[in-house]
Amino acid sequence: MGKKLINDPDNVVKEMIEGIVMASNDRLEKLDGYNIVLRKDAPVEKVALVSGGGSGHEPAHAAYVGQGMLDAAVAGDVFTSPTPDAIFEAVKAVDSGNGVLLIIKNYTGDLMNFEMAAEMAEAEGIEIEQVIVNDDVAVEDSLYTTGRRGVAGTVFVHKIAGAKAASGAELKEVKRSAEKVIKNVRTKGVAINPCQLPAAENSTFSLAEDEMEMGIGIHGEPGTEKVKIKKVDEIVDSLLKDILTDLKIKKDDKVALMVNGMGGTPLMELYIANRRANNFLSNKGIKISKNYVGEFMTSLEMEGLSLTILKLDGDLTNLLEAETEVNLLK
Amino acid sequence: MANKTKELFLKTADVIIENKNYLTELDAAIGDGDHGVNLARGFKKLKDKLENGSFESRSEVFKLTAMTLISNVGGASGPLYGTAFLNISKVIADSRLDLEDLVEISEEAIAGIQKRGRAEAGEKTMLDTLIPASESLKESRDNNLDLDTALKNCLQAAAAGMENTIEMQATKGRASYLGERSIGHQDPGATSSYLIIETFIKNSLK
Repeated sequence: MGKKLINDPDNVVKEMIEGIVMASNDRLEKLDGYNIVLRKDAPVEKVALVSGGGSGHEPAHAAYVGQGMLDAAVAGDVFTSPTPDAIFEAVKAVDSGNGVLLIIKNYTGDLMNFEMAAEMAEAEGIEIEQVIVNDDVAVEDSLYTTGRRGVAGTVFVHKIAGAKAASGAELKEVKRSAEKVIKNVRTKGVAINPCQLPAAENSTFSLAEDEMEMGIGIHGEPGTEKVKIKKVDEIVDSLLKDILTDLKIKKDDKVALMVNGMGGTPLMELYIANRRANNFLSNKGIKISKNYVGEFMTSLEMEGLSLTILKLDGDLTNLLEAETEVNLLK
Repeated sequence: MANKTKELFLKTADVIIENKNYLTELDAAIGDGDHGVNLARGFKKLKDKLENGSFESRSEVFKLTAMTLISNVGGASGPLYGTAFLNISKVIADSRLDLEDLVEISEEAIAGIQKRGRAEAGEKTMLDTLIPASESLKESRDNNLDLDTALKNCLQAAAAGMENTIEMQATKGRASYLGERSIGHQDPGATSSYLIIETFIKNSLK
């Protein structure tokens, strides 16, 4: 069993949420009895955004709560969807009567739990819509899979739908903006070392000393292939090729680029990857309007990274650049 | 009747908690390695609630089980088992159950799981244990078998169904990301479903 800086595996989420709220300098609060982070000024007179999912992906999603982004984040146990009753409580706490948009990552568990919560909210007369983020190009989108996973691209959905909601747009318009991001965002990741759940005795998967998993998921789900580790420049090229092909990006397109650390990757390595990603895109005549490097959607202590490309137009650029109090997306 | 049902669920909870690591290992091979941890958390909570409560009917025990699992398990298994037990609570009576009742109960449970999970037989899920078990009950009813024999056959069918998931390729849930690589592993959901059926049947055969 690996070492972890925790107290009791059963309390990791609750203790983490309390710590996040304390670090917010009075911007956020925890909903009593639930692992839910809310804007302290909720409900705000606008469409409310609620997201969430399993824990272990910090800073997602709690750190994205704040003016210009989410109104509430619901934290499930590690890598486990939150339950319908908790999601419903979050919805009730942030609804100002202008409706609520649920931002869900495409996983079977999340879909079922958020769907049950939406049914409960509807029964209570709350106007509610949902969008499902599925940006991971590593999964073949076919009848034979659950479909593509929602990964780091979700953060752009939070930012852009959040800006749209802050502008006073109606629920349907906010949903349209979120869907536009989903249509234009793609991610692919790689891992060189696995992660371990706080309550489990073994790692979620195993890799040989000289192996890496291309297309890794944020819960350690397998990707497209296990191959011998290569130089990071080659890895970046391969990830970007798959993303650009899928998004049909061409010369002179404008994009946002996110280099995301999976939790155990030194920033040094992320910057080296970012250097290559910038050069690769520039050589193809693709314009990087916004560049993010850091940890946005992690996988506990997994060593690896993901690259996300969001294809921008004028509308998306304005919303991406709109003001927010969430430091990571400023 | 309520007390007997309560005892059954207390035993089921013990079995799930005992098998926490086994289920988690099965899940680590093709999923995200939390099936045992999640179910054990929900059943531990259920144990507390059952031990501290008194119940008037079987239906009440099933309903409490459903709500406790829905609000404590998370993942996909919480809504799936929760919906199954909730559906059972709507049809189960307090009279002595005959084969016809058991067929109805199993069909209600399966209908709930299929609605929530949008899955069919053969997709390497808990349904691959539950559907053969239910089919076996139907066959026994049609052949007028006695209850004990029917339950023994049902348990065998459930075990065979669970084992058949080894050769299946997953097309639902996290295991589906593996594609062909999911073949060769027993499905953790099919396994927990078997454990629940086994506990129920073994404790009913006296």
